[in-house]
Amino acid sequence: MGAPSGFTSSDKSGRSTKPVESREHVVIRFAGDSGDGMQLTGTQFTNQSAMAGNDIVTLPDFPAEIRAPAGTLAGVSGFQLNFSSQHIFTPGDEPDVLVVMNPAAYAVNVDDLVEGGILIADNDAFSKSNLRKAGFEGNPLEAEGLTDRYRLFSVPITKMTVEALKDLGLPQKSVVRCKNFFALGLCSWLFNRPTDATLRWIEAKFKKPELIEANRRAFHAGWNYGETTEAFAATYQVPEADIEPGRYTNITGNKALAWGLMAAAAKADKQLFYASYPITPASDILHELAAHKDFGVITFQAEDEIAAAGVALGASFSGSVAVTGTSGPGVSLKGETLGLAVMVELPMIVVNVQRGGPSTGLPTKPEQSDLLQALYGRHGECPVAVIAPSSPTDCFDAAFEAVRVAIRYMTPVIVLSDGFLANGSRPWKTPSFADLPEIAAKFWTETLGFHPYLRDEDTLSRPWVVPGTPGLEHRVGGLEKDYNSGNISYMPQNHERMIRVRASKIERIADELQPLEVMGDPDADTLVISWGSTYGALYAAVKELNSQGQPIAHAHLRWLNPLPPEIGELIARYKRVIVAELNMGQLVRVLRERFLVDAVPINRMQGQPFKTGELVAEIKGLMEKRA
Amino acid sequence: MSTTAVDVTKQTRKDFVSDQDVRWCPGCGDYAILAQVQKVMPELGVPRENVVFVSGIGCSSRFPYYMNTYGFHSIHGRAPALATGVKLARPDLSVWIVTGDGDGLSIGGNHLIHILRRNLDVNILLFNNEVYGLTKGQYSPTSRLGQITKSSPMGVVDQPFDTAALALGAGATFVARTIDVEQKHLQSVLHAAVEHKGTSFVEILQNCPIFNDGVFSEVTDDDGRAYRQLLLENGKPMLFGPESDRKGIRLSREMRPEVVSVNEDEGIDEDILVHDVANDAKSFFLASLDWQTAGAQPPMPVPLGVLRAVDRPIYEQSVHGQIDAARQKEAAGDFDRLFATGDSWVVD
Repeated sequence: MGAPSGFTSSDKSGRSTKPVESREHVVIRFAGDSGDGMQLTGTQFTNQSAMAGNDIVTLPDFPAEIRAPAGTLAGVSGFQLNFSSQHIFTPGDEPDVLVVMNPAAYAVNVDDLVEGGILIADNDAFSKSNLRKAGFEGNPLEAEGLTDRYRLFSVPITKMTVEALKDLGLPQKSVVRCKNFFALGLCSWLFNRPTDATLRWIEAKFKKPELIEANRRAFHAGWNYGETTEAFAATYQVPEADIEPGRYTNITGNKALAWGLMAAAAKADKQLFYASYPITPASDILHELAAHKDFGVITFQAEDEIAAAGVALGASFSGSVAVTGTSGPGVSLKGETLGLAVMVELPMIVVNVQRGGPSTGLPTKPEQSDLLQALYGRHGECPVAVIAPSSPTDCFDAAFEAVRVAIRYMTPVIVLSDGFLANGSRPWKTPSFADLPEIAAKFWTETLGFHPYLRDEDTLSRPWVVPGTPGLEHRVGGLEKDYNSGNISYMPQNHERMIRVRASKIERIADELQPLEVMGDPDADTLVISWGSTYGALYAAVKELNSQGQPIAHAHLRWLNPLPPEIGELIARYKRVIVAELNMGQLVRVLRERFLVDAVPINRMQGQPFKTGELVAEIKGLMEKRA
Repeated sequence: MSTTAVDVTKQTRKDFVSDQDVRWCPGCGDYAILAQVQKVMPELGVPRENVVFVSGIGCSSRFPYYMNTYGFHSIHGRAPALATGVKLARPDLSVWIVTGDGDGLSIGGNHLIHILRRNLDVNILLFNNEVYGLTKGQYSPTSRLGQITKSSPMGVVDQPFDTAALALGAGATFVARTIDVEQKHLQSVLHAAVEHKGTSFVEILQNCPIFNDGVFSEVTDDDGRAYRQLLLENGKPMLFGPESDRKGIRLSREMRPEVVSVNEDEGIDEDILVHDVANDAKSFFLASLDWQTAGAQPPMPVPLGVLRAVDRPIYEQSVHGQIDAARQKEAAGDFDRLFATGDSWVVD
């Protein structure tokens, strides 16, 4: 008989009766085949941990292939989560706990596991053929020395799942597919996670009652395995973090970005128009927005990246908050439209969820290598505003701000997210819509003295006039326009004047940027500068270095164009300036050129976020070398 | 938005003429097209502030500057994309795309076929002069095999597109052809295009006096007008030629077009095809008539007028229909509800 669902602990409540050890934080990584449901398992464990009151940071890491051949190294998908009783800023360097669903997952991940860490393996999956696919001669779980390095829990996950589900009459394939919920159940038990949300989720997710029952049983079987067998002597508890009161939801960067765009358009009292062509890792923004037609959002899946940009710009001309989202290769194709948008001075948002490049590169992995493309990657003198969110939740605020600036300055704004922010998640303190700032966005209707390039004295922006406004019929286009009339002009002096005005307009955005926050040691002689998604890793590294007595401060740039006005002065105050980024040194190049500072780069291009430990070591090394 | 009521019945041609100097070459066919469009606009009953002309790059694409309406001179080939954004965001606007054979069929070919299949309610005027004018005389995707141009000194070896067939193949719901010098015909086609709900695709054969002069003279000179123009009328037999030498078109047993003499006084043979704008077989048949091959015997006439006009759902109506339906949902547009969706929790 298969096990009925339910907990076997003495009070049947889903609370373990075994001894509990307390931990400040735990980094856990789930790894398996692309088809094993590891992203789902990780996401569920994340939600449980968030609800348990921990601070959390996640790092999903999956291959570009949807289903690489089963059991191969290429098909390994992983999801790492750091959950903590303290404020944390990174998904953690090395996992304390590694769950591997097959030999390939073991091979790819085991070296990352900390010494003495917990290794949970589905030993049923360590079959001869799977071992061969992963390049093993023998079974590594039985290798000498393994149990000295790690605390191995070799669990027959597949068999136990099959056993628990055997009388449900499901096909073998469906039964085996439930094994990720066994693993989730076991880990939920091991870390005393609240289980209600997962059980509710199972009921909501699956339509067929037998599948609801199957996953519920697998989950309970995993939980009960921990509780009843002798294998595990104790469970672990990560106490609640001291988190600001409020309502929270766990949100990925892509979702936050989509919601930020929606909220901004609503606050501007404009229609949100999102035109996009599917591309990893940006497509989830399109999916999210397409699901919110009830907010009046128009989504348009274009025939190509170029069309997506063109459609967005056309919508902007018609008065929509117009956005096109993509990743680096798509931005290459949108370059000509960005040029036109700069020339016709219409508001437009281009979201670039960066990935490893060039070309198709590493489609699912983060990199910050499109900064120079954002700043300079167009023909002509073609400045646009550039903002980079610093965390998944900041994607909401950055998108909101991008819309505000785009409208106020009548300019394209590039939002530089990346794959780490896009798929990673953080608990987000949900704002009240009423508390979000209004965005002033009035169309121009005054006919007296009108011409399409009449400029606002403060912002230098031209008026936003939409078709349908009587008496203001006018033509815009890519040809240079006369400063005084907006008509086509090829006059030499006028062209230079217009180039300078377009540049000044972007520079003026700096006047209203939030002051740059300098974190870390106030008496530091060394400044570390970061931008975009590496905020958390740099923050954690500088904190660690400060605790070791290193005199280091940290500044994080959110706006990359224009730069915060005080940055030059700030840089001049330090003996050393270090710029850390996930590229070959792009921001450092900009800062060296702009401020003639001998800034030192720290770079990584491995398709992974920075590891705090590596940063600490590298910064220390630089401090010694240049002392 | 301020909405001063405009008496559309009082709009005249002059209201649609902008203050910009027209900068096409003397004798360019574009002048004639501009004049006819400006003449037709007041007859449409649309206030000029609700009219938007969108173009790409090329000689024809300068068009918006000369219309005193809203206008967007955009990027080479991209006018259909820009126009899609303009129309989808504001379905109430009358949107016109002006393009050419290079702009629309070469660099912008992808956007053109996709706007045609989506069927937005816009009008596309494609000026086809079978050459690149603005870049000074290279061959275009409609240049004929063997044509000598600056970039094909030994003759074009690229098979040309058949514009109308391409539009039909892309699923265009309205396909018409007219000629710059046939003013009355041009006007009637423009009216038909506006009346059609959905994307109206109008190919306008247009002479480039500088780089491809006389390219259509075989159908526009006196002989050509008399013998080579098949003026299509829905529900009418496909007849052409002067009264003294009337011809009709029928299908051979091998499904090939045949030109036969007709004496209308004696009644028209029932073999002669009767035009039906909603019959795909006839539309494709007309688009495939080879009127351009030099020396073909007998020479085929150029079909002019509406080749196809069928009703299909209009894109922007479908899109906004879904949005309107979604907005009926409970708590539609409620951000606080949105933010609380999924698993949320409260920290006290």
